[in-house]
Amino acid sequence: MTLVSEVSSDKHEAVDPVLSMRGINKGFGAVQALTDINLDIYPGEVVALVGDNGAGKSTLVKVLAGVHPQDSGDIIFRDKKVSIPSPTASRALGIATVFQDLALCDNLDVVSNLFLGREIGTFALNEVEMESRSWELLRQLSAKIPSVRIAVASLSGGQRQTVAIARSLIGDPSIVILDEPTAALGVAQTAEVLNLIERLRERGLGVLLISHNLADVQAVADRAVVLRLGRNNGEFRIADVSYEEIIAAITGATDNVVTRREAAVRAHNEEKNK
Amino acid sequence: MTQTPPAPAAAPATPSDLQDERLVRPANLRESVAASFKRVRTGDLGSLPVVIGLVVICVIFQILNSNFLGAENISDTLVDTAGIGFISVGIVLVLLLGQIDLSVGSMSGFSAAIFGVLLTKNHWPEWVIIIVCIVVGAVVGLIYGALFVRFGVPSFVITLAGLLALLGAQLATLGPLGSINIPFTTFIVNFSLTQFLPTWLNYVLVVVAGLGYAGTALARANGRRRAGLSAPAVSGILVKAIILVVALGLIVAYVSTYAGGGIGDSFVALILLVVIMQYVLTRTRFGREVFAVGGNVEAARRAGIRVNRIYVTVFILCAVLAALGGLLNLGHLASASTSSGTGDVNLDAIAGAVIGGTSLFGGRGSAWSALLGILVITAISQGLNLLSLDSSVRFMITGGVLLLAVIVDSLSRRSRASHGQA
Repeated sequence: MTLVSEVSSDKHEAVDPVLSMRGINKGFGAVQALTDINLDIYPGEVVALVGDNGAGKSTLVKVLAGVHPQDSGDIIFRDKKVSIPSPTASRALGIATVFQDLALCDNLDVVSNLFLGREIGTFALNEVEMESRSWELLRQLSAKIPSVRIAVASLSGGQRQTVAIARSLIGDPSIVILDEPTAALGVAQTAEVLNLIERLRERGLGVLLISHNLADVQAVADRAVVLRLGRNNGEFRIADVSYEEIIAAITGATDNVVTRREAAVRAHNEEKNK
Repeated sequence: MTQTPPAPAAAPATPSDLQDERLVRPANLRESVAASFKRVRTGDLGSLPVVIGLVVICVIFQILNSNFLGAENISDTLVDTAGIGFISVGIVLVLLLGQIDLSVGSMSGFSAAIFGVLLTKNHWPEWVIIIVCIVVGAVVGLIYGALFVRFGVPSFVITLAGLLALLGAQLATLGPLGSINIPFTTFIVNFSLTQFLPTWLNYVLVVVAGLGYAGTALARANGRRRAGLSAPAVSGILVKAIILVVALGLIVAYVSTYAGGGIGDSFVALILLVVIMQYVLTRTRFGREVFAVGGNVEAARRAGIRVNRIYVTVFILCAVLAALGGLLNLGHLASASTSSGTGDVNLDAIAGAVIGGTSLFGGRGSAWSALLGILVITAISQGLNLLSLDSSVRFMITGGVLLLAVIVDSLSRRSRASHGQA
């Protein structure tokens, strides 16, 4: 079953999406990983991409990141049709992807990691400039990093995630894709990262958040796009949707353990209230 | 949505990198000493083990033989380090990438053989032969690099094959002669054996080193202060520069008391190489990329670093430095033979880098570690020579020292991991 989108379009009437994907198809051999996927990302909006394992979230992200180009379908970036054949092309468009494994160099300090591959200075590195800009950026994000001259290895999980996200902003992107940014983080660190996502939205960036954690999605996302078995399976405004409805769209069933239990609990409560 | 404006500049009293209240800053001398001890305890050893090792070695050998710390022996030891030191600097580079080059000994021997044959048989001018040797080294390094990035063969195996192949090439080049004596009139022998800096030039260099250190450190501190970042105090920099000048001056003065020697040309060349390499590693984009590749190849690749190019460049640099080291060793012995570059050259160069504190696991180390480590190795072999011990004992002791250095490296790595440091 498909839940028809409840998204009211009033918010976006004035603004054009910064990126639209239309009818994206992608197959790996006999497996059709994505079928006719549509997705819009607006500036200053956090879109959560949710779905079960194998729903096609990662494949969609890889299409955007230029890791696996789509087989067919259009990607429209700022009203122009574009192709993203390589990670470099993706970055050049202004799409920054923070992968789940962060890809930081543990032996280098925070400044070196932030500017890795984009160092300032023609021959000799301009460490002063890089350090000042690191602080500026981290303060804009209200990041809690005590010193930028310590090796990344000595930072906590949340701080490492912060560095990875901050690094994605160095190239002034218009879209940031976060792949499971809160997986394996503690409560406080998760809150730190969610705050950071709010900061990104305040900066007017389009944020695509891939997450299994619906609590996180409900905490920061404006809109949730549900994928199921490689197809769009609903799009919700977080403000007017319940946890169960998203679960139902993800699992494709209104009758499963989660909903049955919810129903049982509700019935039980109602009985008590009588 | 608009971008949040950057936080207004805080009161200039606190530099912008020291505003976090969690930062522990040593307030006085006692606390900064305590902080250094803590750093060492948690595995951030730096060059401390090797300096301690050097002192222990000097004390032991001085007790066993009172000539060990004599000006003559120190002068000899310094000249002795140059060739192997060049090779070891190259090894530092490949170790920083987490790779290894086992063929540096054979490369140095091959280069010596080429030099000997072209000089004595073909009578080519020396500078042409030196260029030929550099080019041969570059080609060998290019082949290693290409094999490594193209086929993904571990560098250990590639260079092990190279060790044998180059040894074969060395024997073939020398032909039935087996040994070629190099005349004492040649530049290379003068440079690496008989030529020492005039005493006045030594002092000039010492002062230049002190001024250079103070100048760059002050300029850097100034730039940081202007940008609102913390900077070391001017007085501290000046004190360090003065200590540097006095210490180097005393060493030079002591070594110069030996009339037949002093500070050799080739040793000054080694110091120069180390300083340049250290600058390249810590202050340039190339150096930063080398550390990044050694720390996390995948992260480096995703950051847009051309990883393959870094690998190839470093293999080339290592082989070229091995070729140059071979020429210095040839000058030092005034001969090229089938035994040039064999025996302990390979292991000494690798051991030197590791003893000096460059990690075998990649991503940690410095050019200075090659110099310090090689000083330790040469001091040991020179000391054992003075005691006229057999080379069998020397091999065993060098092996033991290498093992000790690797154990220290592994332990400090484990300690760093458990204390949450790189």
